[in-house]
Order: sequence, then structure tokens, then C-alpha cells
Amino acid sequence: MTYIAKPKFHHPGLKKNALGYTHRDYEGKISTLCAGCGHDSITASIIEACYELSIEPHRVAKISGIGCSSKTPDYFLGNSHGFNSVHGRMPSVLTGANLANRDLIYLGVSGDGDSASIGFGQFAHSIRRGVNMTYIVENNGVYGLTKGQFSATADRGSKSKKGVTNTDNAIDLVAIALQLGATFVARSFSGDKSQLVPLIAAAIGHKGASFIDVISPCIAFNNHAGSTKSFDYVREHNDAVNRLDVLVGRDPIAVDYAPGTVQVVEQHDGSKIALRKIEADYDPHDRLGAQTFLARHAAKGQIVTGLLYVDPEAEDLHEHLNTVETPLNALEADALCPGSAVLDKINASLR
Amino acid sequence: MSDKKPISSVNDFVVRFANVNGSGSASANEMFARAILRHGVPVSPRNIFPSNIQGLPTWYEVRVTEAGHLGARGGVDMMVAMNPQTWDKDVAGIEPGGYLFYDSTKPMPSTKFRDDITVIGVPLTAITNSTYTDPRQRQLFKNIIYLGALSALLDMDPKLIEQLIGEQYKGKEKLLSSNVHALHLGRDWALSNLKCPIGLRVKKSDKVGDRIFIEGNSAAALGAVYGGATVCAWYPITPSSSVAEAFTAHCKKYRHDPETGKAKYAIVQGEDELASIGIVIGASWNGARAFTATSGPGISLMTEFIGLSYFAEIPAVIMNIQRAGPSTGMPTRTQQCDIIACAYASHGDTKHVLLFPEDPAEAFEFAAAAFDLAERLQTTIFLMLDLDIGMNHRLCRPLKWDDARQYDRGKIMTAEMLEEGRDFGRYLDVDGDGIPYRTYPGTHPTKGSYFTRGTSRDRYARYSEEGTVYADNMQRLVRKFETAQDLVPRPLQANAERPTKYGVIYFGSTSPAMDEAIGLLEARGHQLDRLRIRAFPFHSSVASFLAEHDFVYVVEQNRDSQLRQLIVNENGIDPVRLVPIVHYDGTPITARFIAKAIGDHQDHLKVTPLRKAVS
Repeated sequence: MTYIAKPKFHHPGLKKNALGYTHRDYEGKISTLCAGCGHDSITASIIEACYELSIEPHRVAKISGIGCSSKTPDYFLGNSHGFNSVHGRMPSVLTGANLANRDLIYLGVSGDGDSASIGFGQFAHSIRRGVNMTYIVENNGVYGLTKGQFSATADRGSKSKKGVTNTDNAIDLVAIALQLGATFVARSFSGDKSQLVPLIAAAIGHKGASFIDVISPCIAFNNHAGSTKSFDYVREHNDAVNRLDVLVGRDPIAVDYAPGTVQVVEQHDGSKIALRKIEADYDPHDRLGAQTFLARHAAKGQIVTGLLYVDPEAEDLHEHLNTVETPLNALEADALCPGSAVLDKINASLR
Repeated sequence: MSDKKPISSVNDFVVRFANVNGSGSASANEMFARAILRHGVPVSPRNIFPSNIQGLPTWYEVRVTEAGHLGARGGVDMMVAMNPQTWDKDVAGIEPGGYLFYDSTKPMPSTKFRDDITVIGVPLTAITNSTYTDPRQRQLFKNIIYLGALSALLDMDPKLIEQLIGEQYKGKEKLLSSNVHALHLGRDWALSNLKCPIGLRVKKSDKVGDRIFIEGNSAAALGAVYGGATVCAWYPITPSSSVAEAFTAHCKKYRHDPETGKAKYAIVQGEDELASIGIVIGASWNGARAFTATSGPGISLMTEFIGLSYFAEIPAVIMNIQRAGPSTGMPTRTQQCDIIACAYASHGDTKHVLLFPEDPAEAFEFAAAAFDLAERLQTTIFLMLDLDIGMNHRLCRPLKWDDARQYDRGKIMTAEMLEEGRDFGRYLDVDGDGIPYRTYPGTHPTKGSYFTRGTSRDRYARYSEEGTVYADNMQRLVRKFETAQDLVPRPLQANAERPTKYGVIYFGSTSPAMDEAIGLLEARGHQLDRLRIRAFPFHSSVASFLAEHDFVYVVEQNRDSQLRQLIVNENGIDPVRLVPIVHYDGTPITARFIAKAIGDHQDHLKVTPLRKAVS
């Protein structure tokens, strides 16, 4: 299976957005990920967000690194240019692309291996530079494509599918992004479309470095008790272990809960994650408050989701560099080359 | 005094300044070199410096050469010994009959000198201390004072130095007059207390012409400005940092919109070389002209991305200012040691275009050309400088630009072409030259988008692991590399006066030493045809040159004769016919070295010099 064509026909009565595009115009190729993969739910949410925002599909550049998550840009926005680059290097490629043409929308898709391990440095530096982008980490705590090794977001004490206990401390990318000065920081859950779609839409609308950590269960390798991304004490231990070579297609996890509550979500394998939705009176403009809130709830074993921080007045890298409004890739010799008369003067100054 | 007659030479000698890093000597020494240029006499200066900011020894060598030999010569005729740490070695390094200039404030035992040189003592510290009270001023003006003393000893025109000081401190009258004062303090002391001039003299001439005096890194950066680079991402590393710094300075002058004041460029200091090349690849993918500048260790880090650039066909320009490797090697010493590492950078089957400028003028031209080549060929172009070209001022022809020149943006499929119904396959070879069309992101609402990846794909950029599809693509990349042969700068051949079976191949910074060595070899009766390689892939004239000669010397500045390996590998020829001449101690190669190595080998081959055969 090297390439799957997706039928183009669709229901004539399909709803259209403000630009006259249907949902189908934002889709990509058929996913080659495991059936029921959380990543496919994120793909669906991206499609939904772009449709709702009435973005012209070709005005988005989708850039990713390497891994299951990084394959997903092929599965949405088929009329956009995509770039499945090098492992852990999506942020630098996206930064360069953004510098070349400030008029496009930049969607960076990465995974926890891609962003918290091999590309941790690039993640950090793209955030601190304030690149205007939506940076989504599809976080499953595990290396899926290489069959189940721990990633750096796997919690200490969690168990791999093979029964190995992780002894390393986990990296919380949301906490790091807040510390590094990201101007839009959110966390969500792949199964919570009602929360995720508006978050993605808001992130795309944000000018500056937007970061969304999306917890996205891996049904193949992080689908067993004692592991995944949940903290041990909120998870019910389950002896059932999935077999590596048999994957049963299931519906993606879906949850919908009221703000201000903690909800325990049961995953495919029966393990549980406590999801805390931010209280209605939470102030998302207070960076320090957000950091404290996050730490306090993490200590209780709760994963905070929602929009954690936003600075609506943020500046981006182009403002820092004072670049011209015209995209740099549209400038030609007349705008860029100082010409022979200037060169003669330069020569004269070098004698 | 001397056992040996003092060297007597006009406009042909080497002065070496031994200083302590961070003592402010660099600008005085550079002024010395410029002052000689103003006499119409060519000079070739070289910095010999440690990987250090303050305290370690540093040298500045000025070859005064009316004949215009710009390579390093070897040997020192006059040592300006300002560093007690290196005194013994510095004194030992003077040619018999040479001159030693030193600060005689503190008496030195006679054992510290040599009998066969002329010792010139000037009480520099005493003069400065009696004139200045501020320690910083004492330090800085001491350098100008020795410059003044040297001007008297070497018979230089002080007006020309004053002129230079005037240009340097234009608008800073106080600094200007105090520098001129210090110059005359030294000059007057020498004139009243020493026999001036000595045997080494500077005499006005007209051999500089309209040539300019510029560092290769600055010229390359200027080439990037003229060549339309808008994105520069870099990570500091010696000896390349001054490329990005010069690009920044040039852009500040020439690349701001006069009305809005906004920048028509973006420069990012990356967190490492991986990010730098990633930014370049991202920007180039999106249609901007982008480059990075680095050195060997940076190239090692960038190789994964370089493979992506090759395979996914994304333009990139990498300026590699080579230094001595492997590993950290000798960061402040010169070599041409990354030829193989760059030609075949990255895993899998890859080949990359390399450009070898010989001096700053070519660094400027090739830098600008690199952006055209990168976009035309949709791949990485390496501009291979080295520390010797990059970080030294070199006399070269003036930089030229044709105002009618437009940038070659390569094969870009536009929205109009897509509307016309042109078949777009990102990896489809429509013209038979191996080069496909590309689209910029955001071109058309429904046509021309594709998914860029480092994984195998078919001609329409669809993922594929089919063997035939993969091989088809790899073969097209070979065709593309063949196309490159005729696009890159061609080798330049210069034949000996008489037909000869012997040839020599060289490249890059070896040029001036090679040109001079040819003269030395001809004087010994050895005739050699020369081929200066200016790019990889090799043009067919390289194979012809090899076919036309029985033995070809390959002169280069690395241990393993890397260019020779590349020639043997790419041309499939008998390695025995290619004789390696390698110089790799980190100092620039000299004419003396080349002439001796080739001459000795010719003797070993029992080549009877033509002159002897005739006489």
C-alpha cells in the first residue's frame, strides 16, 4: 500500500462555508494510521477548524517532522503544500518558511518524540522567537512507528506495553511553552472535539507562537494498563494486554463535559485519565497564574486542558526583525540588488 | 654585529608582527599593510591567530611583493617581536641577514639575540609611558608608535599613513590628531636615533592598479546581497562567523526600504547548525533565497538536512569556510579538508555541487551565482572557501555587477501555467535535463499543491516504496547532476610555453602560491600545464586534461588528497597517474613548498629538465 486515492465525489447537499468550500475541500488523503488512532481525530478537528474559519485551503502551509503525527498533514488540507521534513526539525523548517512568506498560515504538526526528545531544542527556540504559527503536538507518550518505546512525555512510573517501567521524569510541553514565552498555550484531548476545534481555530487566529498539546491515545502501543499518559493513581490497573499484531478498529474516544469539573475518561483499554477543564473564572491572560495552576493540578494527578494562556497583543518574529510587508519570496532583483553604481562605491572604499 | 650581510630588498620582503591577542595591535598592523598598498606596492597579509580572545600569541604577517605574489612565501625577513612569550621562537624564525625589531625599554641579555641578524631596539614602553598616563592609551598608542618607527626604518611616506588615519577617524578629530601624534613620536625617535632606512625598503610603484583589498568572507556576504539572498540563518563558528556579520552589515546599508525603513531581509542566529540549515531549507522551499555560513563541524551537523535537500530537491546555499579538522581540529588554521564531506554529504547515494573560489572576487561572483544554481538545480550548493581566503584581506580585481542581470529563479510553475492546464508533476522530468518544476506554497486554490517528503515518492510526489519508482527517481537525480556540469563555473587551463606530458590540478586558495610556484619550477626547467578546478561536478575538460597528460599533480591543502580521490572516483581513472601534493599543517600553502614537492617528484621520475637537455 503506497498510495491511496480518495474518491472526490460527495453529497450535493453538503454544507458550504463562507468561501463556498465544503468539508471535503479541507480533507486530504486517506489516513494510513491505525484505525481508532487519536491522531485521526485531531486531523478531523483541524479540518473542522479550517472549514469553520473559511480559510482558503491553499493558503496554509503544513509542516511536520517525522513519526505517526508527522504523517498526518497528508491526511488534511489536500490543496495545501505540505512538508514532512526531518525528525525533530519541523520548527526550524517552519521558521524558515514563515520568514520567506509572512502571508501564509503556518501549521506545525509534531509528536512527543519529535518535539520533546530529538527536537526539544527546536521546539524551545521556535517558541521563544515568537514565530507566527500554530504548533500542535499530538502527544501519545510513546514512539508509535518504531513500536512502543517511551517518549519523554511518558510519566515516571508508567509502564510500557512490554512491562518496562519508565524511570525518567516527564516533560510537560505546556509548562515549558509557558516558560518560554509562547503567546497562546492550550492543552486538549483528541477525543474532545468540542474543545479542540475551537482551540485550533483560536490558535490559527492568534498572531505569534501558538502551542497546543493534544493528548492523543495510541491504540497500538499505549493502550494498556499502567502506561499511557495518565498518572498511575488515576488509572485503574487492568491486566488485559493488547496484542501487537492484531488491531481492532474502534470508534475514537469521545468525551463532552461541562466546564469547571474533573472528568475521568476511560480509554480504549480501560485505563483512565483525569481531565480537568478550566474553571469558568480562570484568567487566561495571566502567565504566572497559568504556570501555578498547571503545577498545582499536575501535583494532584490532573491534566489541565483548555486555553491556558493567551496574549492578544503578541508580536511575532517578523515584527522583531522589522521585515517589509511584501513577502520576502516575492522580492526580485530590482528590490534586492544594490546595483553596479553602489558596487563601484564599495570598490572605491576598499582601496 | 652581523655575521651575515643584512638582507637588502626593495618592495619584496616579509614582515611578521608577533603580538599578544587582545592588545589592539590588529588595527595598527592592518594600517601598516594598507600604507604599503598606498605606495602602489601589492601586499598579502595573513592573520595567524589562536582560538582565544585575550592573552595567547597572535601574529600578523605582511608579504610585501611588487611582483604581486599573493600566496604565503614562508620565512620572515623582519620580525616585530612584541610578545615576550614567543620571543625565542620568533627570533629563531628570522631569515639569516634579517632584522629584529623589539621594545628595548628593558635590557635583554645578549644570549637572547642572534649574530646573523640586525637587531633594532626602540624603547616603545618608555616613549609611551612618558607621553600617556592612561593604561589603555599606553597599550593602543604603543602600536601606532611602532608603526611610526617602522615607517622611518622602511622608508615609507608618512603622509600616506596620515591619510589612512584621517580616513579611519574621519569626524573624530581628537582621535585623529592623537594617532598622528603617536605616529610621529615613533617616526621621529627612529629618525634621530637609528640608521634609517634599513636594507628593506618600500619604494613607490604602480603595481596595485584598481585592485581592491577585501576579506573573502565579506566579499561572499556581499555576493549574497547582490545575489538576492533574503534569509540568512547561522550559528557562530570560526572562521565563518564574519560572513553572517558582514551580511548583516551590508544589509543594514543596502537592504532597507527607504520609505518605511523596513528590512528586505531576515537574519536569524540559530540555536545550532541544525536549526540554521532547517531555516534555510524551509525558506528556500517557500521560494526565498536563503543561505547559511559554517565550517567543518557545522557541515557534519547539517548532513541529514543536506540529504533532504538533495532528495526532496530543495535549494540551499551553504558557505563552508573550511578550517583544519577532523573534530574541533585547529579552529583558527586553514585547510581544504571538507571536499569529500561536502561532495557526498549525508547518508544514501548523494552528490552535491561545490564551488571553489580562488579569492574574494570569485567569492563574490560565486556566492551570487550559487543562488541561481541552487534555484535552477533545486539542490544544495556549497561555496567552499577556507580561512586563508575568508579571514584575510586579499588584493583582488574590483567586484563587478551587470545591472541587466536578472535572477534565475529556476523552473517555477505559476498559477497561470496551472490554469492553462500544464501537467504538474513535482518530480516529473519534462525537459530531459533531470530538473522538474516546482510550485511555491499558496500558488493556486486547487492545483499544484504537493507533499514534500524525504521518503520515496513517484513523479507526482505520491508516496511510493516501489523499487522501480524509487530507481526512476534516483536515475533522474543522476541526470540532473550531469546537467549541473555545464552550469557550474568551468575549469581554467593555462598551458606551459612548450608542450608537456605533465600537468597540475589545483583549486581555491592554493591559486596564488601555485601561480608563483610555476615560475619557480620553470626556472628549474620544469614545464607544467595548469588546470584550476572551480567546481564539482567536474566539467568534461577535466577528463580531457587527464587524458592529455601522463602525470598530473594534484595540489591541495589536506592530508588525504581529497580532490584527487574525488577525481579518481568520478572519472574512473588509474590513480597512479594522479600524484598527490598535499600541505596540511594548518598554515597556508606556499610556492616554495609546491615547487620543491613537484620538483623533487619530477627528479624522482627522472625527468630531464628541458633546459639541461638543450644545453
